Amino acid sequence: MADPHLLVHHKVDNVGVVVVEDLTAGTEMLCVVTEDNSDFRLTVNHDVPIGHKVGLQDFAAGDTVIKYGQDIGKIVSPAGKGDHVHVQNLKTKRW
Amino acid sequence: MNALNNSFMGYVRENGRVGVRNHVAILPVDDISNAACEAVANNIKGTMALPHAYGRLQFGEDLDLHFRTMIGTGSNPNIAACVVIGIEPGWTARIVDGIAKTGKPVVGFSIEQNGDINTIAAASRAAKEFVHMTSEYQREECDVSTLWVSTKCGESDTTTGLSSCPTVGNMYDKLLPKGIYGVFGETSEITGAEHLCEARAANPEAAKKFMHIWQAYTDDVIEQFKTSDLSESQPTKGNIEGGLTTIEEKALGNLEKIGRTSTYIDALGPAEEPAKGAGLYFMDTSSAAAECITLMAAAGYVVHTFPTGQGNVVGNPIVPVIKITGNPRTVRTMSEHVDLDVSGVLRREMTIDQAGDALIEMIRRTANGRATAAEALGHKEFVMTKLYRSA
Repeated sequence: MADPHLLVHHKVDNVGVVVVEDLTAGTEMLCVVTEDNSDFRLTVNHDVPIGHKVGLQDFAAGDTVIKYGQDIGKIVSPAGKGDHVHVQNLKTKRW
Repeated sequence: MNALNNSFMGYVRENGRVGVRNHVAILPVDDISNAACEAVANNIKGTMALPHAYGRLQFGEDLDLHFRTMIGTGSNPNIAACVVIGIEPGWTARIVDGIAKTGKPVVGFSIEQNGDINTIAAASRAAKEFVHMTSEYQREECDVSTLWVSTKCGESDTTTGLSSCPTVGNMYDKLLPKGIYGVFGETSEITGAEHLCEARAANPEAAKKFMHIWQAYTDDVIEQFKTSDLSESQPTKGNIEGGLTTIEEKALGNLEKIGRTSTYIDALGPAEEPAKGAGLYFMDTSSAAAECITLMAAAGYVVHTFPTGQGNVVGNPIVPVIKITGNPRTVRTMSEHVDLDVSGVLRREMTIDQAGDALIEMIRRTANGRATAAEALGHKEFVMTKLYRSA
């Protein structure tokens, strides 16, 4: 299998992590779920740096983001499937 | 350390503990004795001063932690012999007496009524004798079960949670059953995964102690002083640059370091020596790398495993710090800091099981004497934890 562009921890996660450098908007990414090695394709909408997250679904403000099968915070600004998910649209629920 | 290779070459100390380094340390009781300690270390080759910022006008629990850290550091089996220098004889003797319980050579000097120059002369003569004595110590074959291995990650990013942290977890899942001591900490950085950490206790008492420590820090420090994202400190600017967005996300990656099957048998205070036998412990520590590693070394751990994403360069003066990264950009741009490259995990060329085996081999080589990247680059960050303002 070719090197994946995006890794997803769990089947239930709604974000994945870019694991290649210089990923550009419009790339049809190979995405692998590490839990079961299943894969799928997704087109990324932005240039997203290595290590940063991409949404696997459309999000509205208030939605919970799931990674590792767990709650990692809330969406504070709408984000689409394939969008860069980071500090501009995701916020901790703790502080 | 497979079935054919369950041993390493270490220094067996007077109390039976095993060290992987053979340092002669020059330990200041307080900040104003740093200059004398550094002068002794300059005079006598093969010694190392451990300067730090504290030791004056501390009281109560904060002073107890100071003494515990000083005595624990001097007692660490990676130190063969220790010279202690303080401004006055009382607290100096307290630290010397604490270290002497290990049976290792230790002697103290105090500066008042002597001055720096006479103190440095006398301490240098003692340090020179220690160098002669300890430089003849030989490594012996030791069972893997005598290793005490700590962990803490730094400048984490999303790749640490995918690769380098689960690599450490896999190592613990394999070596804890062989009888090693392990420890993880970072109280604030469990926030968002505290329910999972509570569930990984081996017994209800350990779970209760962990939750009490975590809740107390949250109530007494976070709630009192909190700011949005703790002022870009949790997560840090580097974490955010690396793609981590929230403390919950960071905590879940952090907790990957305790693997899939390992459970902790007790929750320790900062720099507290484990007292419930071999196994994994939680320790109440800051998530700042140098502070955390200093506390774990003071509790007696002799090798540190350090996953990093963006490239934290921390080291410790007495404990070898093994850097593990899975971030290919960090491997490319900061290779001189990397002891173990697990970026193959992200390319799906390397499994976590294989990465864990590679880390075990690197631990064995490091215990045998291989200098880590941090040691070769001279990283000796020795940072005391302070609980509150001095009197």
